[in-house]
Amino acid sequence: MKRFMSIAMASAMAMTLFAGCGSTASEGTDAAAGTDTTATADTAAEGTDATAEGTAAAGESAAGGVFKIGGIGPTTGGAAVYGMAVQNAAQLAVDEINAAGGIGGYQIEFKFEDDENDPEKSVNAYNTLKDWDMQILMGTVTSGCCVAVVEKTSADNMFQLTPSGSSIEAIKYDNAFRVCFSDPNQGMASAKYIGDNAVATKVAVIYDSSDIYSSGIYQKFVTESASQPFEIVSAEAFTADSKTDFSVQLQKAKDSGADLVFLPIYYTEASLILSQAATMNYSPIFFGCDGLDGILDVENFDTSLAEGVMLLTPFAADAQDELTQNFVTTFKEKFGDTPNQFAADAYDAIYAIKAAAEKAGLTPDMDASAICDAMKTAMTQITLDGLTGVGMTWDASGEPNKAPKAVKIENGVYVAM
Amino acid sequence: MSFISYLINGISLGSVYAIIALGYTMVYGIAKMLNFAHGDVIMVGAFIVFTIVSTLSLPPVLGIATAIIVCTVFGITIERVAYKPLRNAASPLAVLITAIGVSYLLQNLALLIFGANTKSFTSVVAVKPLKFADGNMVISGETIVTIVVGIIVMILLTLFINKTKAGQAMLAVSEDKGAASLMGINVNKTIALTFAIGSALAAVAGVLLCSAYPSLTPYTGAMPGIKAFVAAVFGGIGSVPGAMIGGILLGIIEILGKAYISSQMADAIVFAVLIIVLLVKPTGILGKKIQEKV
Repeated sequence: MKRFMSIAMASAMAMTLFAGCGSTASEGTDAAAGTDTTATADTAAEGTDATAEGTAAAGESAAGGVFKIGGIGPTTGGAAVYGMAVQNAAQLAVDEINAAGGIGGYQIEFKFEDDENDPEKSVNAYNTLKDWDMQILMGTVTSGCCVAVVEKTSADNMFQLTPSGSSIEAIKYDNAFRVCFSDPNQGMASAKYIGDNAVATKVAVIYDSSDIYSSGIYQKFVTESASQPFEIVSAEAFTADSKTDFSVQLQKAKDSGADLVFLPIYYTEASLILSQAATMNYSPIFFGCDGLDGILDVENFDTSLAEGVMLLTPFAADAQDELTQNFVTTFKEKFGDTPNQFAADAYDAIYAIKAAAEKAGLTPDMDASAICDAMKTAMTQITLDGLTGVGMTWDASGEPNKAPKAVKIENGVYVAM
Repeated sequence: MSFISYLINGISLGSVYAIIALGYTMVYGIAKMLNFAHGDVIMVGAFIVFTIVSTLSLPPVLGIATAIIVCTVFGITIERVAYKPLRNAASPLAVLITAIGVSYLLQNLALLIFGANTKSFTSVVAVKPLKFADGNMVISGETIVTIVVGIIVMILLTLFINKTKAGQAMLAVSEDKGAASLMGINVNKTIALTFAIGSALAAVAGVLLCSAYPSLTPYTGAMPGIKAFVAAVFGGIGSVPGAMIGGILLGIIEILGKAYISSQMADAIVFAVLIIVLLVKPTGILGKKIQEKV
């Protein structure tokens, strides 16, 4: 036994040593990338098509005649699917803008750094981009990293636009804006959508009172519902400690005659609610926010239970408008898969930066701080018709104003409404 | 009308707590230790059934049998590796802390092997639900099976403990380990047997829990495990019928508290009731007061 223990201890120590080596090595690489001064080489290594390289080279030769926009997000690790989508879509938007003449006649150079969805690595990535003389930051992709990076951008007075960082703290300073709705604002958007489209007249809510995401949405939903033509007939909570049995909450919703049940929760609990509602013969419309996204991917889940479920989402790839169709086709051609909402957010983010930069009359010879001051005002003056909303505007707090969009699950896939 | 629905829902939830509490109380009653990893053995059992039935598409009977065998072996191994060396440790806290450690170990192993993604469990219960009042009141097949299995297990356990030699040995060990070994009882084997039975029960409970509430993650067993522990204390820990009654009562209190007082406060109500019961009757509903002989 003792010998076993000592072997175990020894191997544990050895593991720690190796782990130490690993991180040192990767930091080394980061530093190397940071000190790399030739932007051309950087872009050549990252860029996927000839135009990007050509542009970069041209920009370099014009000495200061190019805007440097940086991006940060996870392109490896568990959240890589989000980071890759943002990187690809942003590059797509940049290439389009460059091909059409750039921002006010100046070309854009775009560089994306991986943060592995780790706040510390995200800050490192930000420093790397700063060494590259980034002027505007489009990022970060995930909320946790964004909260860390916004502290740095605020201190540096660097303009930051996050495509998808949805937590309140992600844009708590005046230099930071976002394209997506904040978590609690999804409650407002949901209430608006249900009211504007007359989806239901009697609404029940089941929310997780022990979770800030869920209770935040719930509170905004209640506030907004006061001015909407529907009535909340039942609002029942559950907590992290009792989230297996939802019979009471469903029974109350049913007894109160609700024709829509709003679920501002994550899909794990929602899948249980759907199956318990089915055993109770209760079939209202279920309406959720982005937390429900993923319910169709629950392994072994009977997707027929989710039939008719509605979901607030900024983007549906099968929407019929021309902008979406063009974007989806080009994205598929270039990257081989259907773009998700993160891709759409990133695409809109780049175009929002373009619109605001042109409004402010930016030139590439301005430093990041001057650009930031100009952009802060310009962002509140632009109106953008993007993939995630028509007539999008921003207020000084950095929150977007746009009409909410929803999808419905039909035959196991999302269908635009 | 809706009261009866709530009552039925309470019994459904309570029957699941009861079947988990049976395993808890069994191990506590004999080995006098709280096996906090019990809830996670339940999760392991559920994952085994999930893998065999849903991933490999083999018959549920095979899945349940495998889960029972694997969990039994698991239980014996855990006892042998993590609890037995500490049985005579100076502080009884040591083994409690190890049990918490085993609990986290199992959760994280499951996280490593199966990932954090929620899996939807296909019910292995083929019994048709009972419907009353035009389908407005439904007793699900899972509830019926859980209650029936719970009662059968309760009777079998009582018979086993009172009528067989091994059961008598368990009683002797629970009363006094030292004296039992002097009387020629193999204490180690007896405790190992207790864990084997407890873990086999956990496998059964896992299948029933996930059939009734079909969502499976590495943390599935943790919270029901703790609630079932409360149920076992409520009914009188160590008492087999007490676990059954405690479980069902706990389920009913939780559901009625949610329905008539506040859905946010459900757990606070459950634990308040527990405190009151223990203040009035410290040994729980069916718990026996053991006289300490001086």
